Order: sequence, then C-alpha cells, then structure tokens
Amino acid sequence: MNNFLMQLNQFRNNITESLAAIGRAALLLIQSLWFIPDSKKIISLLIKQIYQEGVLSLLIIVLSGLFIGMVIGLEGYNVLSGFGSESALGQMIALSILRELGPVVAALLFAGRAGSALTAEIGHMKTTEQLASMEMMGVDPLRRIIAPRLLAGFISLPILTMIFSVVGIWGGYLVGVRWLGVYEGSFWSNMQASVEFGEDVFNGIIKSLVFGFIVTWIAVFQGYDSKPTSLGISNATTKTVVFSSLAILAMDFILTALMFGDH
Amino acid sequence: MFKDHFVEIRHLSFKREDKLIFNDVDLTINRGKITAIMGPSGTGKTTLLKLIGGQLKPDQGEITIDGNNLSNISRTQLFKLRERIGMLFQSGALFSDLTVFENVAFPMREHTQLPNDIINDLVSMKLQAVGLRGAKDLMPSELSGGMARRVALARAIALDPDMIMYDEPFTGQDPITKGVLVKLIKLLNDSLNITSILVSHDVQETCSIADFIYLIANGKVIGSGTPSELMNNPSLQIRQFMQGLPDGPVPFHYPTQQSYHEAMLHHE
Amino acid sequence: MPQSKIIDISVGLFLLAGFIAFVVLALKISGLTSESWQNTYSVYARFENIGGLKTRSKVTIGGVTIGKVSDIQFDKERYQAIVTLDVFEDIDNLTTDTSAAILTAGLLGEKYIGLTPGADDTFLESGDIIEDTQSALILEEFIGRFLFKAVQKRNDSGNSSANNTSNANIDENN
Repeated sequence: MNNFLMQLNQFRNNITESLAAIGRAALLLIQSLWFIPDSKKIISLLIKQIYQEGVLSLLIIVLSGLFIGMVIGLEGYNVLSGFGSESALGQMIALSILRELGPVVAALLFAGRAGSALTAEIGHMKTTEQLASMEMMGVDPLRRIIAPRLLAGFISLPILTMIFSVVGIWGGYLVGVRWLGVYEGSFWSNMQASVEFGEDVFNGIIKSLVFGFIVTWIAVFQGYDSKPTSLGISNATTKTVVFSSLAILAMDFILTALMFGDH
Repeated sequence: MFKDHFVEIRHLSFKREDKLIFNDVDLTINRGKITAIMGPSGTGKTTLLKLIGGQLKPDQGEITIDGNNLSNISRTQLFKLRERIGMLFQSGALFSDLTVFENVAFPMREHTQLPNDIINDLVSMKLQAVGLRGAKDLMPSELSGGMARRVALARAIALDPDMIMYDEPFTGQDPITKGVLVKLIKLLNDSLNITSILVSHDVQETCSIADFIYLIANGKVIGSGTPSELMNNPSLQIRQFMQGLPDGPVPFHYPTQQSYHEAMLHHE
Repeated sequence: MPQSKIIDISVGLFLLAGFIAFVVLALKISGLTSESWQNTYSVYARFENIGGLKTRSKVTIGGVTIGKVSDIQFDKERYQAIVTLDVFEDIDNLTTDTSAAILTAGLLGEKYIGLTPGADDTFLESGDIIEDTQSALILEEFIGRFLFKAVQKRNDSGNSSANNTSNANIDENN
C-alpha cells in the first residue's frame, strides 16, 4: 500500500515537473524571440548558425533524399506495373515525397543531425559556465545564443526539405525512367497533372516550417534546461531526438488531417 | 550609507530546495579593497557571487551595488550594471568557439562601437597585462588551466570594470600558477583601483593579498577581520578552518540517522 | 580564404539552392504556369451521380483544361450532387445550353468533367447553372446492364442453346 502511494506520489511529481518544463520552454521561446538582437549583429550570427544547422546537414539530407526517391521508384514500379499503369509512377513518387516523406524524413534527419548538435552545444556552454559568464558580462545569452539558433532552425529546415523533395523526385526519375524504362513524357506530365502547387507543394513547405519550429525549440530548450554535467548533456541530447521525433510524427498526423483530411 | 561601501548585503536569506544556504547574512565590500569570502566547500560561496551578480534572487534581504538596489532595478538596468562588473569563473568559462583574442574582444564588441584597430590595441594591452599576448591566436582548448584563467581575467578586465569577482581562482592550480594569479589580482587591484571580491578556501594565498576576510559556515558569517586578526582569533570554529584541522566544530563524520554505537548495539 | 568568408559563401549557396529547389518544385514538378494563377468564375452543374469525381478534378472542353472542380455539395431537396466548376475568366463564351458530362481518363483513370458547348447566343455567367448534364459512367452498372441485355436477347431468341448458357445466364433464370 505504502509502495502504491509512493508510486502515485512519484507520478504526480512527474506530471508537475513536465508541466513546469513546458512552462519554462514557453518562457524561453518568448524571452529569446522578444529581444532579438539588433539587425546588424543578428545577420552575422544568423549566417553562422545557418551554416551550422543548414549547410552541415545538407549532405545527409541530399543522400537520404536520393535513396528514398530511388526506393519509391523501384517499389512503385513493381506495384504499378502489375496494373499496367507505370505511367502513374511520377505522380506516385511526387505526391508521396512532397506531402509526407519529404517534410517528415527531412525533419527526423534534421532532429538527429542539427537538433542533437544544438542541444549538446548549448548544454556544453552551460556546463562550462559560458552562458553564466556571458550573462555576467551584461550580454543576454537568450539574445546572443538562443535567438539566432532558433531563427536559423526555422529558416534551415524548410530549405532542406525542398532540396530533399527535389533530389528525391530526381532519384525516382533515375530509377523509373533511366533504369526501368518508364516513358519520360508520361512520367513528367502525369506528375504535373496531379501535383497541385498550392496544395501539395505549399502544404509540404508549411509542414516543414512547423517541424523546423518544433525541432529547434525542443533542441534549444533541452540544451538550455540540461543539468550542467556530462550525464546531463547526454540525457538532454537523447531527449531532443526522442521528443522531436515523436512531436514530428504526431504533428504530421494532425497537419495531414487538417490539410488533406476532408477528401 | 558610506561612499566607500561598494557592495552592501543586508539580512540576506537564500534557500535552495528547502535547504537554507544563507540565513540573515550581512556583508560589506569596501571600494578599492580586496575582500575575501572564505569558508568550507559547500557553504554557498559561489551562490553568494551569483546573488551579487543578480543571477539569483534572494528570498529575503537586499543587495545594493554602488547605490543600485538589485531587487528594484529592471532587467535592462541589471545588464547595464553588469557591464561594470567583471567575473572570473572557476573554470575560466572561455567561449570555446572563439580564439583567445576574440574572447577578450567579445565584451568590447558587444558593448562599445570602437573601431577594429582600437579593439586590436586594447586586447593586446589586456593580454599583455596577464602575460599572454603571444597566445592570442590559440583556441581555448589549446590552453592549460592556468592560462585559461589568465585569459578569462583579461576578458574580465576588458571593459575596465569597477569590480571583479573571483570565483575560486586558485583551485586546482600548480604553485607557480597560484603565485602568478595572486600577483595579478593584487596588481590589478592596486593599479586600477578595482574593488575585488575573492571567493576561495585557499587560506595561505588569500591571506597574503586580502584586505578583509569574511568567514562563512552553515549559512552564517562566523567571523570577519583582517587576515592577521582571523589567524589569531581564539574561536574554535575559525581556528579549525584557518589552520586546517581535521576535526573540531565541523565534525569529521557526516551526521547519520543513528550513532555508530547505537548501530553496533542493534547489530548484536 | 578566411574561414568566415567560406561560411558566408556556403550559406549563400545554400540559400540559392533552396530557391532553385523552390522554382523546380513550382515549374518542373507541379507544372505551374501563369495559367494556374488565372482568375476564375464559378458555374454550377447538377448530376444524378458523380461517380469518383473529386474537388480539384479537371474541367475540359475538347480535352483542353479550362478550369477545375472547386466544390461538391449534396442538394437535399432533389437528392442530387451540385458541383461547382471554376472556369478561367478568359473562357467567357460558354453558351447557356452547354452540356456537362463526367468522363473517365482511360478505363480506370481519374474522373473529369467534359463540357460541350451548344448553339445559343447567350453565354453562361458567374453563378449560372448548367442544366444539361450526363452522370458518371459507373462501370459496375454498365456491366450489369450489358449482361442483363445479353441474357434477354438470348431468351428472346429461344432456348435452343441451353447447353451453352453461361453462369450469369443461370443466375438470371433462377
């Protein structure tokens, strides 16, 4: 009985702690975006962060996009050729990548590559008192460190997602048209006939904006809120990847239901 | 309030997770002097510096820095005030992605509009003062612990602050580095007339340069005075700390729920 | 070249690549042309059965796309589907007796609406209703009707070929 009460108590504490963490995360977001540093400095800080988060993630995004596109091309061909409708391959590749795989896979990779690096970097700065010393120098780390990282994440992921989608469709084209011999004209024309810019492409970009926001927010918060020890940093990095991935997939369902759910 | 009191702490109480770290503490830091705050590990000396720097808020009492009451000023004013205070962290806390030069230049670039060549000269001067002008292109990871602390010191004096807080500057340093740091702290204090707060538990080094010492234990100030006054203080508690005796009012054994004897009795 | 220059340039290239990707998505992949942004006006059409018609399906005349289906509603009083057709603004000469049919691209392809202009002098305007409509061809119904007719024909021409009757035939007779 006593054990049960203790567990109940533990459970209650966990919930309170989670709520408190959400509160701190919201506060971090508001405080860092409210006081964005002046425009001259933010540009150079942003460029550095876009390099860290965007450019350095480019290789893994391009390679993954290529392979995923090629696999869909191959699988799609096998299924569609059974109905004699290989010509719909372009449509299938483009829609599945633009709507779902592009935004989701790019965001998952981004969380693993850039998100975990962000958490580790900020956690390290906290552990080695760099954030505290900055604060003592009269420089607000929320403005100087957190804000540019958040903004860079918001900018980088949509760009990475668009690159991922283009490369993925190109990979599908390589396999479908160049290797398996689907007629090139019908590959593109079927794709263009079925892909609607305002709906499919644009909604994919909206998704990636939302994912970029969530992943960077989680990553930055976990780093800033980590316990200032080596163990604390490694825990925070794990949390970033786990929480981001769950949040991406859950948000993807919600967004898909909102965007495409009515027909 | 006297003009020569740079920092005044009145009735300060601070709790962390139900543990009382400071209980009604009064402290005064005199302008232009080196004031040392000493005490056993875990008595919250670093916490005190964070309270003075406004990074933590006291539960009770007030802290006044050069006439600014920390509990009454806005966030912006606090950051403005901090530009006049340098702090040397225990680990040095150098920015790991910037070179030594950029680390020292950081506060200047953030708070002033100085052109590049003047910043160049100023940084060289500061690095010269700590004897590390030759190391300006190194990254913090390439520095030894003592060098990192000296660079951090150069960074702390970059904006010619009115006060510097030293958090355990001697801990974990070899005797030569300790000597260098002692000399530097003294030199900066004398030449620039900087108010210094020195948190440490290295009795010898601290006593050699401090003008005044506060001894803190169990959340209270247990003694204060000049180094020689404290050395000759008859109180057992002060004597134990100043002379490094293993047992005394601070017991050798961490308190347990039951005494050793009781435990043995129950065993039988 | 200094490190910071390399970073600046690579970030510039990165942003440029993002822009190019955006343009490729728009032009090559969704086939976006200036036509897609044309203003449209809406006309309505009632159908008994729309089959698999969906919003965003094409609206064509003579196989050329002139608009798309923007909405499909159910008319409670007449038990019919009301389809909203968004037609490009420059196609302003659809006669009032235009007929609309739901067609299928290929045997199993997607449904679209084909318009056939009539001979009237007056033209459809925004909000008008196309009266002459032809519902979607439902393959199951079509096959059912075809088989039924075939059986009837066979019954009419006598029972001499009873040995050859198909299973369908037996089912029908039973």
